Amino acid sequence: MAEEVLLFGVGRSPFSGRVEMALKLKGVEYKYVEEDLANKSPSLLKYNPIHKKIPVLVHNGNPIVESQVILEYIDETWPGYPLLPKDPYERAIARFWAKFIDDKCLPAIFKAFYGEEKEREQAVEELSEFLNYLENELKEKKFFGGESIGMVDIVANLIFWLEAWEEASGTELLTREKFPRLTNWTHEFVSNTIVKESLFPRDKLVAFLRNRIGGPNVSK
Amino acid sequence: MAEVKVIGSSASLFCLRVEWALKFKGVEYEYLEEDLRNKSPMLLKYNPVYKKIPVLLHHDKSIPESLVILDYVEETWKDNPLMPEDPYEKATARFWAKFADEKCIFGAWGACRAEGEEKEKAIESAIESFKFLEKQIEGKKFFSGEQIGYLDLVLGWIPIYLNVMEEVGDMKLVGAERFPLLHEWSQNFIETPLIKECSPARDKLVNYFTASLSYLRSLETKKQ
Repeated sequence: MAEEVLLFGVGRSPFSGRVEMALKLKGVEYKYVEEDLANKSPSLLKYNPIHKKIPVLVHNGNPIVESQVILEYIDETWPGYPLLPKDPYERAIARFWAKFIDDKCLPAIFKAFYGEEKEREQAVEELSEFLNYLENELKEKKFFGGESIGMVDIVANLIFWLEAWEEASGTELLTREKFPRLTNWTHEFVSNTIVKESLFPRDKLVAFLRNRIGGPNVSK
Repeated sequence: MAEVKVIGSSASLFCLRVEWALKFKGVEYEYLEEDLRNKSPMLLKYNPVYKKIPVLLHHDKSIPESLVILDYVEETWKDNPLMPEDPYEKATARFWAKFADEKCIFGAWGACRAEGEEKEKAIESAIESFKFLEKQIEGKKFFSGEQIGYLDLVLGWIPIYLNVMEEVGDMKLVGAERFPLLHEWSQNFIETPLIKECSPARDKLVNYFTASLSYLRSLETKKQ
């Protein structure tokens, strides 16, 4: 039986973007299904009945959800390009930073983008602090993964979204003066051929975010 | 000097799962109790980002975050595997571990802390999360199959801590009638020799949660 790999995603979602990056780095053939989040398909609801969210990877009929769980699955299932290092301690460090990005940076980014006005200033400050940790972790490396892109780099794709939001909102956060290493990293990251293929077009993303930010304030 | 050390707090469910994992693998370790109200320079050195326990020290390497530690323990000491070999089954276990940590632990704690109308909502929401676990254990003795494994250790706080949270928070989430399968799993889990030998005393946990709740409520009152 031929292998079947499906990915349910949304183009502008960094989370499905991560999975695409990983599949492409591994050279895995897959079929991409774009979901309309306002009108979720029966397939999505069947494959992710608990969270009803994208991304969902379906491998030979088996669904895997949650982007970081999917990345680990991809690394374990398809050999070739390693997303995680071999050494258990280095793997632990990578997992720690990947978790840090989603547990800390992501909520701060969300609050900074969409939070109520009084929350946003604090969120930006917090985010700056978190980005500093990532700045220090990069040290003199080209990527978090060393010479080549690894799991932490893939999860850090959020920075691309952050930059788009900065442009859309006219905010300056990730400056070269404050974050020289992260700035370099972003440049290397988006220049990578495979990453480029998996990133949502920046101008479309900025337009989308501008629209979102410009709209009426949504009260909680 | 011990090769493996755990910096922890005896009331913490996150530390407990690390200790269980090490014992499961037959790894000798030294336990270092941390006073969370007065964090040691050692903890701040080994977990500068979060400043939290547990932290595993293996020779000169430090690993924080309990689920990251469990992965490290699994990959470093290969005997007695905790996780399934099959990548899909492993992914499923990882999914449920994440789900339970995000929805069930914080759901239960949220229901414990909440008051008034919010409490009802928090209880309902937490119960919905536990229903998923009830479904997951269907047809199995343990979440990992015939014997305890990774997911059982991650969920093992339920038989030990949940009832304490219910008592301290004056609420009911998981009872034998509503969740018969979870209840049966809980009984099997705590009877496992490894778990029986390594579980905190109930009154210690009651004191800990009572004090934590009191402290949080006093902070909330000050804010108003």
